[in-house]
Amino acid sequence: MNTINFMGQRKLAMVFSAILLLISLGSLAVKQLNWGLDFTGGTLVEVHYSETADLNAIRSTLEKEGYSGAIVVSFGTDRDVMIRLPKGYSDKQGAALLAKLQEAFAGSVELRRIEFVGPQVGDELREQGGLAMLLALGLVMLYIAFRFQFKFAVGAVVALVHDVIITLGFFSVMGMEFDLTVLAALLAVIGYSLNDTIVVSDRIRENFRKIRRAEPVEVVDISLTETLGRTLVTSLTTLLVLAALALLGGEMIHGFAIALIVGVVVGTYSSIYVAANTLLILGVSKEDLMIPVKEGAEQEDLTP
Amino acid sequence: MLNKYPLWKYLLVLLVVLLGLFYAAPNLYAPDPALQITGENSAQQIDDATLRRALKSLDEAGIVHFGETIDEDGRNALIRLEDAEQQLAAQARVSRALGDGFIVALNLAPTTPDWLSDYGAQPMKLGLDLSGGVHFKLEVDVDAAAERRMEFYVNDTKRALREARIRGFVTLNDKGQVETRFKTEALREQARSIIADNNPELVLDRVDEADSWNLTAVMSDATRKEIADYAVSQNLTTLRNRVNELGVSEPLVQRQGQNRIVVELPGIQDTAEAKRILGKVANLEFRLVANLDAAPSEKQRFEYRSPDRAGSSEWLERTVIITGERVANAQASFDQNGRPNVQISLDSEGGTMMSRATRNNIKRRMGVLFIERKYRTRYEVQDDGTEVPVKVPYDEKKLLTAPVIQSALGAQFQITGLDSPLESSELALMLRAGALAAPISFVEERTVGPSLGAENIRLGVKSVQYGLAMVVLFMVVYYRVFGVAAVIALSCNLMLLVAFMSMIGATLTLPGIAGIVLTVGMAVDANVLIFSRIREETANGLSPQMAIHSGFERAVATILDANITTLIVAVILYAVGTGPVKGFAVTLSIGILTSMFTAIMGTRALVNLFYGGRRVQTLSIGGRKS
Repeated sequence: MNTINFMGQRKLAMVFSAILLLISLGSLAVKQLNWGLDFTGGTLVEVHYSETADLNAIRSTLEKEGYSGAIVVSFGTDRDVMIRLPKGYSDKQGAALLAKLQEAFAGSVELRRIEFVGPQVGDELREQGGLAMLLALGLVMLYIAFRFQFKFAVGAVVALVHDVIITLGFFSVMGMEFDLTVLAALLAVIGYSLNDTIVVSDRIRENFRKIRRAEPVEVVDISLTETLGRTLVTSLTTLLVLAALALLGGEMIHGFAIALIVGVVVGTYSSIYVAANTLLILGVSKEDLMIPVKEGAEQEDLTP
Repeated sequence: MLNKYPLWKYLLVLLVVLLGLFYAAPNLYAPDPALQITGENSAQQIDDATLRRALKSLDEAGIVHFGETIDEDGRNALIRLEDAEQQLAAQARVSRALGDGFIVALNLAPTTPDWLSDYGAQPMKLGLDLSGGVHFKLEVDVDAAAERRMEFYVNDTKRALREARIRGFVTLNDKGQVETRFKTEALREQARSIIADNNPELVLDRVDEADSWNLTAVMSDATRKEIADYAVSQNLTTLRNRVNELGVSEPLVQRQGQNRIVVELPGIQDTAEAKRILGKVANLEFRLVANLDAAPSEKQRFEYRSPDRAGSSEWLERTVIITGERVANAQASFDQNGRPNVQISLDSEGGTMMSRATRNNIKRRMGVLFIERKYRTRYEVQDDGTEVPVKVPYDEKKLLTAPVIQSALGAQFQITGLDSPLESSELALMLRAGALAAPISFVEERTVGPSLGAENIRLGVKSVQYGLAMVVLFMVVYYRVFGVAAVIALSCNLMLLVAFMSMIGATLTLPGIAGIVLTVGMAVDANVLIFSRIREETANGLSPQMAIHSGFERAVATILDANITTLIVAVILYAVGTGPVKGFAVTLSIGILTSMFTAIMGTRALVNLFYGGRRVQTLSIGGRKS
């Protein structure tokens, strides 16, 4: 098998990653995330109309009934309508609103769901989510440092942070809603991307020990070439099921599927370019990965 | 011989797969829509006559039903219905026919055959986003509970100082501390030892001002935490009782974190009704047991609340000594001899009233009444001839206990003569539940309509099917015979995942289904790793048998590392996540575990069966031929 010169493009890849990261961070700073109800608090009502719903009529009904600041959008089909009330409405509003809508509409209005989240819950959730993310990164770093070596742990975590920021950036740029399921997806992205990075690292470690005379860049290239098939196949199968989920899973799971698709694509790229690249920048070498000789073993040799 | 498992390994794989099949099987049987009838209090029996009345009302309305049963202890009856659409109509009919005193709940009755359920095989539980229902998150205002306790300390300190004839000025200052001011330092030291004796849980501080020597007292952190815990557990108990009243077949009332309570009510749509019942207030009354010769106009008869003493009753005086508002705390404890008792603290006003009432009534008995607001349903005929149910509130008063007054009681006294610690803790809980509970507020509410739930299931199942089909197609085309082995292993993995979730009683949610879909995608990773290794080894010139052997051997370490780290993430997700996210974490972690078994052992067994122990020239594993 011919070795592909992955690391020949490492400068280019670095620039590419840097641009993506800058766009993401910029958008996160300027546009921020479109936080979902889970995080902002407020009231959300989803209803199903027996005939095509007239959004403008609904808006004016709501305006007339004193629900100012209500956001009315269609949700999936033209009969499904999602209404979001900003913070400040009490937990009793959902049911009352439904009654008003039914009054103003000749056909039937069926309740799909009502969600009310108090403001304090939302704030806590955001804090907890961030904490969970940091905790996940920290523990993973520890595990890899223990199983591999510290430089690999740094490489893996840099790749993970890269993936998380870019996925967040994607949601920010596209203005897609960031709710609790997307947060779960983001943590799953960490898990997935890690999977990839570890498989690659594993091979790099193996090859450092196996191949005698070779530059680190060469070893990394050989390892990446050897694992490329597997990386692509796994990403492909995962993307296949995620596509099924995004296309068929319905609106409530859509954001989740999209977050994972972006994460898997970025994660595949980052396990090739970001993790390995970081390893080289940190100056990984054969000495880092020699199996330490056990003291006990030496002593055994000494005793006659 | 290379690549031959010993017989026991094949049998082990087979056994696990068969067990999985057995425990996953109940999920194939769709549940019947059903009505569940229970008595309003748990002692009530449902007899055949009641059931016949219910069935008659269904027959009259032409609602098809079957398989009605009354369970062994006679507390539940179940009526299965043919048509889910008629469930609501059937519920209205039956509750009309049975009248008050019975709770008719919507239910989904499992249709698991006996040969499965006899061995504990049950279908998975569905989360609210799939079954439809209401999810509430309530917050207990523990600060209010703590503040009320501080007010009690203020009064108690006043009383203690008065009894010791120490002049001091006691207030609750704006920092929420009990502040006591004295004219001299000597007075303060005297008072300090009295207060410390009286309420050892207070942390006292000396504060000197120009012409007054002050003491400030706050609760110790342990006490504060204890009060918060009590406030939450008290609310939990009350909520559990009330949820039972709502007639939900499988409600969930669970503490979450420091001061939150999650209530999940599958099948409920009427959130207003649910909130009314959850938010109602209970109360207590302390009254003397009437003398035998008391005039009928001065006494009232009350039944005991405990189902163990159902039917027995006592005559109580009409005069109320104190009500629940005066009760500051009630706590299960033990006396010097280790016998269980309940310690009750009243506020100072309550203490005065109690001592006035009991002073002259020693050796008489005092009854404690538990008062709950309940609703009776009345049917009103509208102008257009339709009947609408109207809820009429009334107070239900039942006797908790009627102990003998041993001595004049004050602000603190105990109820003794209880049979077990269980009884004392239950009594303490009921007393606290009837006392002014720490206020609760709704901080989160989610209602999912039944149609959305059904749609979520349909979409979820569809995406699993399509996702699986695509992966199967790809694997077989790309890896040929090995692909077939991987696909069989993958199917077993799905089955084991479902079986495992059913066995541990995990709840399936929409994100949980997403987790299953994701598992399908990621579980093949282990096989992909192994197969790429085998291809590589073949390319390096190893014989097919050697290639299979070393391919599996060398990939396992990588698979373990990769999966353990993913597992770490899943566990964190579980620890931090709530509701639906937890569901995702559960399926993801179980999926990782089962996939390691099927991908490593299962595939190996299949490959060994097919190739092992014979001469093989080439492997059907796709890719470039070497």
